[in-house]
Amino acid sequence: MKIRRIKKIEKRPTPSCCPPLSSCCPPAAAPPATLEKPPCCGPPATTHGGVITEKVPGFLRWMPTSEGGRVAQIASELTLSDHLGACKARWGIGRMHYLVPPGLYAIGTPDAEAPVLVTANYKMSYDILRSTLRGRNLWLLVLETFGVNVWCAAGKGTFGTGELLTQIKATNLAGIVNHRQLILPILGAPGVAAHTVKKESGFNVRYGTIRAADLPVYLDNGQVTTPSMRELTFTLYERLVLLPVEIVHAVKSAAIITLLLFLLGFFSSGSTAASQMIFAYLGALYTGIVVGPLLLPWLPGRSFAVKGASVGLLWALICYQLVGADWNIPQTLAAFLALPAVSAFYTLNFTGCTTYTSPNGVKKEMRLAMPLMGMAILSSAVLLAVGQWLVMKG
Amino acid sequence: MKGFHYLKDVTTLQLQEEICIGCGRCLEVCPHQVFVLQGKKAVIALRDDCMECGACQLNCPVAAISVDAGVGCATGLINDWLREHNLRAPGGDCCS
Repeated sequence: MKIRRIKKIEKRPTPSCCPPLSSCCPPAAAPPATLEKPPCCGPPATTHGGVITEKVPGFLRWMPTSEGGRVAQIASELTLSDHLGACKARWGIGRMHYLVPPGLYAIGTPDAEAPVLVTANYKMSYDILRSTLRGRNLWLLVLETFGVNVWCAAGKGTFGTGELLTQIKATNLAGIVNHRQLILPILGAPGVAAHTVKKESGFNVRYGTIRAADLPVYLDNGQVTTPSMRELTFTLYERLVLLPVEIVHAVKSAAIITLLLFLLGFFSSGSTAASQMIFAYLGALYTGIVVGPLLLPWLPGRSFAVKGASVGLLWALICYQLVGADWNIPQTLAAFLALPAVSAFYTLNFTGCTTYTSPNGVKKEMRLAMPLMGMAILSSAVLLAVGQWLVMKG
Repeated sequence: MKGFHYLKDVTTLQLQEEICIGCGRCLEVCPHQVFVLQGKKAVIALRDDCMECGACQLNCPVAAISVDAGVGCATGLINDWLREHNLRAPGGDCCS
């Protein structure tokens, strides 16, 4: 509900916050000065992009513009620290401050006829664009999305009509270029109403491609979007790069649960039982976070919970083979109930990383899956207690 | 999307064909090729592939499309529910 409300007030960009565990979108940042009240969370007000100075990543020189202003010309070559920064952001390190100032940048030496590409101020988006567009002359209009990527920011409306109009005006774009065309990423469309931009600013919005990698071909073939340029993919590699941050985000809750399992296992039946429970749980967690998403297209069903439960079941089997020789029947049943439930939960969380799950679909699936998971965990706890009682009885 | 299809019969996508002017914007913005143009009207061809991102609704110049748009993300929904019941999300103090 909240998400929809944010989209509706999209004229006044709101730096909404991401759910802490959700992964596609880095948690967003500080409120703009115009916001009536600050958001309920988020780091202190240093996470605006700020203003463009000589310190922006890849700064080469100031380029004078025809209307008397100046624009920062930026390099297409990424440095070691750019690569390191991207790597760290993938692991969730410094990801909330991984942003560049909004505004207009020059790649190469663009003139008044050069194309204008629009992007978010997430530094990874900025870096990918400037390196992809090496050797070309064009303008890069960066919107203030508080360091959030285009897709997630469009969903929140920060990559939106209002912010685009603000930047067109603030950069005096109409005085710098003679044409009235803007090229936007297709995944920015959930935030931008092209006809409103046209009406308010005179600029035509063209949705170019989904991936930055397709831009060179798009620009060379007269700005025609081919079917493959508007088709989403979700390859093994594209899934793989999303996993580190998922793991990092799960560490805190996993540590608490591990500690609880240790205490429970240790005081009820000793260190062997405790370590077995922790091993089984961490395996199910890993299965749900890593194995489920990687095997996504090959797992049965359309539901993420079902996909997660099926790899979880596989893990329960492996776990049983590895350490289950001494388990009695209730203990075995408990493992086969709880482990798929744990994996199912974490794979269900991966819906936040995909670009094909719908909110009403996720809602439906959660309404069914969450109670089942809860019941599985509860029954498993009861079964463990019964199993333990049988052991003590001898 | 090749190889990936989410749940059937859940999308809230609606197109009022009588209002449609056939401009083709929805075809341009939809990342899942849900729409096709037939004659001078858009029609929904792959309804179940819709992920309710809302791009078509926002970009339709005559408001012929409606969809209950949002972000399909389990954690966000859990946090919403917790907040509705005045509970704090575990492990975070953030809002979605």
